[in-house]
Amino acid sequence: MTTAVSFQNVSRHFGAVRAVDDVTLDIAPGEFFAMLGPSGSGKTTCLRLIAGFEQPSSGHIEIFGTTAEGLPPYRRNVNTVFQDYALFPHMSILDNVAYGLMVKGVARAAREAKALDALDLVELKGFEGRRPSQLSGGQRQRVALARALVNEPKVLLLDEPLGALDLKLREQMQVELKTLQRNLGITFVFVTHDQGEALSMADRVAIFNNGKIVQVGAPQEIYERPRTRFVADFVGSSNVLPPDFAGKTGAPARWMSLRPEKITIAVGGTPAKAHSVAAKVTSVHYQGAVTRVNTDAGGQAIAVAAPSSFGLIAIGDEVTLSWPADALHAMEDEA
Amino acid sequence: MTETTIGAATEHRNGLLRRFSDALFRRPFLLLTLLLAPPLLWLGIVYLGSLLALLAQSFFSIDEFSGLVKHELTLSTYAELLNLANVDVILRSLTMAIAVTLAAALIAFPIAYYAARYARGRWKAFFYLAVMLPLWSSYLVRVYAWKLILAKEGIITWFAGKTHTTWLLDAILATPVIGGPSLSISYIGTFLVFLYVWLPYMILPTQAALERVPVNLIEASADLGAHPRQTFTTVIFPLALPGLIAGSIFTFSLTLGDYIIPQIVGTSTYFLGQAVYTLQGTAGNIPLAAAFTVVPILIMGIYLAIAKRMGAFDAL
Repeated sequence: MTTAVSFQNVSRHFGAVRAVDDVTLDIAPGEFFAMLGPSGSGKTTCLRLIAGFEQPSSGHIEIFGTTAEGLPPYRRNVNTVFQDYALFPHMSILDNVAYGLMVKGVARAAREAKALDALDLVELKGFEGRRPSQLSGGQRQRVALARALVNEPKVLLLDEPLGALDLKLREQMQVELKTLQRNLGITFVFVTHDQGEALSMADRVAIFNNGKIVQVGAPQEIYERPRTRFVADFVGSSNVLPPDFAGKTGAPARWMSLRPEKITIAVGGTPAKAHSVAAKVTSVHYQGAVTRVNTDAGGQAIAVAAPSSFGLIAIGDEVTLSWPADALHAMEDEA
Repeated sequence: MTETTIGAATEHRNGLLRRFSDALFRRPFLLLTLLLAPPLLWLGIVYLGSLLALLAQSFFSIDEFSGLVKHELTLSTYAELLNLANVDVILRSLTMAIAVTLAAALIAFPIAYYAARYARGRWKAFFYLAVMLPLWSSYLVRVYAWKLILAKEGIITWFAGKTHTTWLLDAILATPVIGGPSLSISYIGTFLVFLYVWLPYMILPTQAALERVPVNLIEASADLGAHPRQTFTTVIFPLALPGLIAGSIFTFSLTLGDYIIPQIVGTSTYFLGQAVYTLQGTAGNIPLAAAFTVVPILIMGIYLAIAKRMGAFDAL
């Protein structure tokens, strides 16, 4: 079986900076693949390597079996939805969407019919005569999507496409993008620094840090079994327990990840022998359904996500934290 | 202690200046009026007012016998403007302005493109210096320098002699109408000096416009399958067009109205500016001079209307 996108030991250096450092990666056809990482971690450069805006310093890239390095962007059957949409300000919405077909020499009537279909797909029919400046952020985002999809790309690249939208619209677009991807069957490669977005939308997630991929896997796998301390902390802000602390609570003396929502909090009480500690509340943050309680367990900070229905907890309260043995996940020593 | 502080503050508030600044804060429109009044008065009365006064003169006529201005509204001065000799002046100036503008655009665009898209750091500074430096020296000095360069005894003739291309120079000078006895007394010479003197006014706005074309639009175009040539014609050029138009307004209107360059370098035939200069000076025919100044204003108006129609300002 061919892969949609394949990276083999790909590096991209800018002077002394290794923006992408020896990345090996396979993306399956029809997959919704998310690249997640903090800014400057190399995920956007990876996307630009697929689009052809960057060329690898070393390594090999294949897109559906075709060697990609040395191929300019306009010879790749790949389209991008840009972070700030990059709509052409001097063209109407219709001309924007029909642009890819226009430069390929498709006749006016045919390309405009296809562009209208694409606008229909993103529910923007009736907007074709407007200019990008007359549209809201969410509408521009859809135009950018239609403009890319009208070319029927084999791979659609999305560079933080929801970053500029407000929360409500972002959640709505997440659902729509996911539905669209399932219906069209196109491979989506989605770059984001929002871990919630990556986990909720993607089939698989690659976690980037310092130009390297730290972990690739399904969202549940990434969340439940982070491979390193970085992944545990970046995805869902897990509690990272050092080996000596883990040892004291009856677990193997290794770096452990403990998810805040798996901890039970009780006011007062005495800790059990294993998987339990006494702690003092340092701050309380009400977040609606859950309340985030930061505690201090003998010098070790532990965050707890307790259901808000639990009741009142105040700063300075003495509490007992406990968790099931299987809530602990041992990680590799690598930072 | 607290009381004293409040008392001091209140006392301060009662100061005349403080009350004035509070009034400005409450009425932003008052502030705007105060700030804008002096420049608007200057623009409205001194500049536009005198221009209108001049234009009003064009509807008067001059008495053939006494040479005095007759203060009755008439279109006879405009009729005079349509004399063959006067139309000749207008067409000559117009042709020159168009030629200079087109040539300036052709030369300026690649330079501006390089400066905006490729030049970085030191090279960018060098570019600005190279474009601006000529503007720092006197306009007259530059024009006279060109007279020397273009003269029969000048460096171009000398260079042609050294490189055995005198025949080429002679052939160029033998071209009917635009040729002449030497470059400094031909339309070619006038054209070259105009081109040199106004070129920076074309380069700078074009460069500014090109610099404002977002890189991601160029990437988006390539991403959608456009070859670099297509990207240039469909994205870069249309977005840079307002800059080019702005530059062309400079070169066009400056050429149209200039009366010094054609006097120093070129044939003794008149251009618009010279006609106005002579008519309002030695000839004392203010109404006709005023009618002549209406011509470039009209031409610019038509030019801008065409540019707008062609969508030159759509990307603004």
